[in-house]
Amino acid sequence: MSKSKKNILSKPILRRKKPINIIKKNSEINILNKEHLIKLYQEMLLIRRFEEKAGQLYGMGSIGGFCHLYIGQEAVVVGMQSVSKEGDSVITSYRDHGHMLACGMDPKGVMAELTGREGGYSKGKGGSMHMFSKDKNFYGGHGIVGAQVPIGVGLAFSHKYKNDGFVCMTYLGDGAVNQGQVYESFNMSALWNLPVIFIIENNKYGMGTSVDRASAGSSLADRGKAYGIPGVEVDGMNVFSVREAGKEALDFTRSGKGPYILEMKTYRYRGHSMSDPAKYRTRTEVDAVRQQKDCIENLKEVLQENKVTDQELKNIDSEIKSLVTNASDFALESKLPDENELLTDIYL
Amino acid sequence: MTNVKMPALSPTMTSGTLAKWLVKEGDNIKSGDIIAEIETDKATMELESIDEGIVNKILFKEGEQNIEVGTVIAKIGDDDQSDDKIISNLPSINKDENPILNKNTITVREALRDAMAEEMRLDHNIFVMGEEVAEYQGAYKVTQGLLEEFGEKRVIDTPITEQGFAGLGVGAAFGGLKPIIEFMTFNFSMQAIDQIINSAAKTLYMSGGQMGCPIVFRGPNGAASRVAAQHSQCFASWYAHCPGLKVVSPWSASDAKGLLKSSIRDPNPVIFLENELLYGEKFEVNEIDDLIPLGKANILRKGNDITIVAFSIMVGKALEVAETLSNENISCEVIDLRTIKPLDIDLIINSIKKTNNLVVCEEGFPFAGISSEIISQVQELAFDWLDSPIKRITGLDVPLPYAENLEKLALPQANDIVEGVLSTLNRSAKE
Ligand SMILES: Cc1ncc(C[n+]2csc(CCOP(=O)(O)OP(=O)(O)O)c2C)c(N)n1
Ligand SMILES: [Mg+2]
Repeated sequence: MSKSKKNILSKPILRRKKPINIIKKNSEINILNKEHLIKLYQEMLLIRRFEEKAGQLYGMGSIGGFCHLYIGQEAVVVGMQSVSKEGDSVITSYRDHGHMLACGMDPKGVMAELTGREGGYSKGKGGSMHMFSKDKNFYGGHGIVGAQVPIGVGLAFSHKYKNDGFVCMTYLGDGAVNQGQVYESFNMSALWNLPVIFIIENNKYGMGTSVDRASAGSSLADRGKAYGIPGVEVDGMNVFSVREAGKEALDFTRSGKGPYILEMKTYRYRGHSMSDPAKYRTRTEVDAVRQQKDCIENLKEVLQENKVTDQELKNIDSEIKSLVTNASDFALESKLPDENELLTDIYL
Repeated sequence: MTNVKMPALSPTMTSGTLAKWLVKEGDNIKSGDIIAEIETDKATMELESIDEGIVNKILFKEGEQNIEVGTVIAKIGDDDQSDDKIISNLPSINKDENPILNKNTITVREALRDAMAEEMRLDHNIFVMGEEVAEYQGAYKVTQGLLEEFGEKRVIDTPITEQGFAGLGVGAAFGGLKPIIEFMTFNFSMQAIDQIINSAAKTLYMSGGQMGCPIVFRGPNGAASRVAAQHSQCFASWYAHCPGLKVVSPWSASDAKGLLKSSIRDPNPVIFLENELLYGEKFEVNEIDDLIPLGKANILRKGNDITIVAFSIMVGKALEVAETLSNENISCEVIDLRTIKPLDIDLIINSIKKTNNLVVCEEGFPFAGISSEIISQVQELAFDWLDSPIKRITGLDVPLPYAENLEKLALPQANDIVEGVLSTLNRSAKE
């Protein structure tokens, strides 16, 4: 363990204005070298910039329908995917662009799906909420709240059946957590010791309804208690905490002990979808999280403490910018799907 | 200099009102600052700046309406080049263009809200329950103002748990209350369909007539605008298939109001299928038809050559087609079903006895659809009156695609109805 890393640990990694020690006793930060840290930063920044661009394209009318941005929550999926193994399967809801990028899907293909073009992952037929990549073990992209959860358990069932050693990472929202099928899923996964991690992304709201107005009980992490599923609350704004908790959960599950619940405390900065007037919370609330807990800004400070120079940071910025510009250029230049596609892919 | 354009802030927004500027010319703004409030077709939204710099020009005054999406509304940054072209492109705001705006009109959205409010004032056992119906004022703003008037006891936000609150509604109806259960969209009723069919629809019969279930399940149904396969589906034939349910699907605002009031008063479970794209449409109010009976279709346009039957959003298209074809001396009779079950087959048959030709329109999938049912009944009851095979105009037998061009092809358009009418009349001319 190098000295410089030790220094960081002893110091809150927050903007100086309002210091709160958010990393506390976090061991993760000590075991990552500079390259690792940069990689996490790049992945989170890519999601942020990609989503900002998607928001712009929506405003221009190039993206239609529903479009749910992941801005603010980047540390959750980047942290989790950074500790998972290639071959682990991933499934989530409609707020899915970040998950796809974190699974290594091509930003061009994702953006082109958002614009509904033939170069998109679903040839333009699925759109923002319905994208898949068998290649990257990403099983969607589901528009029906909670529906991905039993499907995730099914993927876990297939891992166990094939004995392939992989785990299914099943992401769901704090709103989704009240769907009945979630508990049917908890029960089956615990009953049959299935390798699934339920990652509850608690961003405090399901559309306009805050968690306290929708969920009885004090902790979503405890929702698996009756089934004997361990559950932990995690600071989802801190990529190191996410990694630490993710590793523990993955070790547990991969060793055959069954499902695990992680409640990620996170926050979405933007409206529920593009058409959300967001009257249910104040600007001040959003700004406070942004200023105090932003996962990217905080990681940036860690990078700086780790002797990543301003020039390096600038270079990363412009790399990411050009990745996103290329994606959006591709998405706007790609053709509309051929009309013959209308009647394909209904049956095999 | 960058142009700030009127953004698209919802899937259905085509123009917006500049409700309020939160910056003025000369202000220095950062990316993420709120610069204006824009009123969309559904709500007032804050417009966040993507760019940074000095607000150079503000091109629309507060309160200006109908600013088309994409129109430049302000300029940010250095005035490096004057861009007079855009400024002279300002759309003229002409309220006279749409004569209906000047009459006594009401939107479908308001009509539905008024129907609920009026019935709730009369009967304290009526309550409204669903996702975002109370504090958020409805995901599509249909329940706007109800929480304020009736309070949290009667206007209730639920967790996202459709099977749960649909079943709860059924139980409450058994218990003597009159629930109005809103599905944010009917796509989510699939989560709850067991309670609707097995519990709400069948219990009266299974209890030998003891236990009726006076409940309304309502919400937007069918395709909206590019929300893709899982959010775009017509459930008319799903629910109409099941004995014990009534199924209503209005087009106009006064029908929406009159039929919803009747549905709430009806002692049976009613599936009330609205359409998101119609919510913002304005119709003249028709005060005489306060309550409209379930099970009665309506002839919206009289004609002699062919009958066009439609419901919900397809009615507007059918009327448009009838108007177009009248220029070619084809006289279409347009029937709005309004209620799908019980089906007003008599009205359809009487019309066919006059026109001898029939085209049936529906947005949903063709297989085992509402059109199939109508066609089947017509051939049983009025075969001899027909001069040509009956044509149906429906959505294609595919999940609704997201891409703009494919979505359009998958949904029935006015042009498809024109072709259907012409081919039917061609057939009948040859006979
Ligand atoms: C079964 C179902 N009901 C309702 C909806 C409408 N809806 C879409 S997202 C959403 C809120 C979900 O909130 P949460 O699970 O917290 O996820 P988040 O959007 O915060 O990521 C609702 C009610 C839906 N898509 N599916
Ligand atoms: Mg949420």
